[in-house]
Amino acid sequence: MTAITSTTAVPAAPVARPATYALSATEKRLVGLNVLVAVLALFIGSLFGPLQALEHARVDLYPLLQPLLKSYYQGLTLHGVLNALVWTTFFITGFFTLTIPFALRRPLAAPKLNWAGFIVQTLGLLTAAVPILLNQASVLYTFYPPLQAHFTFYVGLTLVVVGSWIQGYGFYITFYRWRKDNPGVRSPLMALGSVITMVLWQIATLGVAVEILTQLLPWSLGLLKGVDPQLNRTYFWFTGHPLVYFWLLPAYVSWYTMLPKQVDGKLFSDALARFAFWLFLFLSVPLGFHHQYVDPGVPPMWKYIHAILTYAVAFPSMLTAFTVIASLEVGGRARGGKGLFGWIPALPWRTPSVNHQLLAGILFFLGGIGGIVNASYNVNLVVHNTAWVPGHFHLTVASAVTLSFMGIAYWMVPHITGRTLWAPKLAVIQGWVWFVGMLIFATAQHRVGLLGAPRRTPLGQAPYVPASWQPWTFLTAIGGVILFVGVILFVVIILVTVLRKPAHPSQVPAIPEAEALQDPQLTPAWLDRWAPWLVATVALILIAYGPQLIYQIANMSNTSPGFNNIW
Amino acid sequence: MTPSQTPQPSLQIDRYERGWMIAAIVLLATFALAVTVAGAAMGIQLPAPELRVNPQTVASEGPFAQPGVRELAPGRYEAYIMSQTWLFIPREIKIPKGSEITLYVTSKDVQHGFKLEGTNINMMVIPGQVSRLTFRAEKPGTYNFICHEYCGLGHAAMFGTLIVTE
Repeated sequence: MTAITSTTAVPAAPVARPATYALSATEKRLVGLNVLVAVLALFIGSLFGPLQALEHARVDLYPLLQPLLKSYYQGLTLHGVLNALVWTTFFITGFFTLTIPFALRRPLAAPKLNWAGFIVQTLGLLTAAVPILLNQASVLYTFYPPLQAHFTFYVGLTLVVVGSWIQGYGFYITFYRWRKDNPGVRSPLMALGSVITMVLWQIATLGVAVEILTQLLPWSLGLLKGVDPQLNRTYFWFTGHPLVYFWLLPAYVSWYTMLPKQVDGKLFSDALARFAFWLFLFLSVPLGFHHQYVDPGVPPMWKYIHAILTYAVAFPSMLTAFTVIASLEVGGRARGGKGLFGWIPALPWRTPSVNHQLLAGILFFLGGIGGIVNASYNVNLVVHNTAWVPGHFHLTVASAVTLSFMGIAYWMVPHITGRTLWAPKLAVIQGWVWFVGMLIFATAQHRVGLLGAPRRTPLGQAPYVPASWQPWTFLTAIGGVILFVGVILFVVIILVTVLRKPAHPSQVPAIPEAEALQDPQLTPAWLDRWAPWLVATVALILIAYGPQLIYQIANMSNTSPGFNNIW
Repeated sequence: MTPSQTPQPSLQIDRYERGWMIAAIVLLATFALAVTVAGAAMGIQLPAPELRVNPQTVASEGPFAQPGVRELAPGRYEAYIMSQTWLFIPREIKIPKGSEITLYVTSKDVQHGFKLEGTNINMMVIPGQVSRLTFRAEKPGTYNFICHEYCGLGHAAMFGTLIVTE
């Protein structure tokens, strides 16, 4: 592969960039607390995973958990909310509290704002936890009305989202100050990717914000007699699809700007990496109708438009695949790998953080193919709401994202606590346990879904399960139990690491920061400018969502009363 | 405008990466074409807005007051199906092989789902909306239609049966 060579003179940056930046004690504490809540949520949420998987194989342990836990669905709500929403959101805000000051080489501009955000986010989590634990909110993480949770559930979710917005504002101010002080300098990709992710989240969450504040909250308080379930699905999926890019992009920040360094490589193309991040901002919101292909209340033309836009958003992921693999190849060859594929075994697979992110990438490749199937308009009819779908998102959010976050945690937790990682060999094995467990689990879920098994259903008690599903429900249970072992190992390794004696500073892992093959100053200015991309993003949302949103709101009929005693 | 001191760099793309980008676009365009052909030429369509109803009165007035199968003409049927916690009414639909049937499904309480096992007949059932799909029953047999959206404690027991007779 040829490296990019250039004859263009590199425009000099007016201000020399400091060689490194040491996070302040308060920044480390903020990172640590965010990650602590994240890992606790992962741990507690994962306790229910094997219960669900085993139930599918007709080993129902829920009766043993009475009166702690009332039903499969209460467990499923805990699993979805804690693992898909809480583990991710808190890990991401924590990770960016590290990446943004570090990449910009300056402290958080308004740390009190970040603290306030973290506190609001955590209060929200505790508020929502009460009704969930009391079985007053067993509505799953999609909380589709007219299933009606206790109002504190909606208040809690709102606070979690608002808290993450506030942490985002702390990041924006920090980035803005850096931008003012460094005119003409390309913003560091690590910081740019992080801030783009938070802006995407800010735009995307307006959907659930409107849903909760104008419909679900007043309705759960008795101020509204009924809601419009179809309209609420549209609001929810305005947020629900970009949500997955909010999960994924922090992993991309690591893959692009950290992982190359960890494998002794360099980022293959700074310009195209930026291009990918901007395309995600531009394209990830106006696709929500691809979750509503079989909704009766959305015209097929709009579903079709969103299908085409969904194919478009696959493009930056394919771009990422090339750039990241090429960056890895640079590393593998620098480490002595020869031949067409010889660079692959030359990569440092024995470094836990690297191993996890490589395995995450492999599983994401499989998840991406399934995602194309889901996105494919009428092909989706075969798989919509079947077990195929949880099979798919366990390869994405629970593998590409979660394995990457675990890999990041393996250097980040030691870094912020001044420790060394406990049992790095076990940590490598932990990644493989997850990988193998997920291959079994995801294969089984995809297959049983193709046979017609519905998702979110305790198949162990369903009367209609044919014999042909049973090998796959059995493998679901096997995979689920292996994954459970994987998550427990992760939590133990992190816990023991934190409880170790502080290490000598020279032993503590540094923050990996990859250089690009080509000086980022040679990246065109249009790939480092916010205004055109933000304008284009808002414009596309207005075009691709505006007419349907206006139509559905104008024709709102709040005729569905709440149902809160049926689980 | 003052001329900038240094020339603005332009986007440079490695030739392999350029090739990959083109291949990615061709691949995605092919997928888009395939679903377009399947939708437009082969007629594999998605549910479209049909009728809006009031979930609080739908069980007592209108066509869903007497859910069931009706023969419209020889070989042509329609079925009105009411979904509620946790059953479909009617629970069983019987039609002869080769007939064309249009399903109308709604809910009088929470959201439900409707998937006919082994086929691409798949709909969300949303209170306030009527979901409609038409298909031809070619192969004799017994097919379950299963609720695929969480609808409360009895969700796993919610299903019905389509019997296609010889």
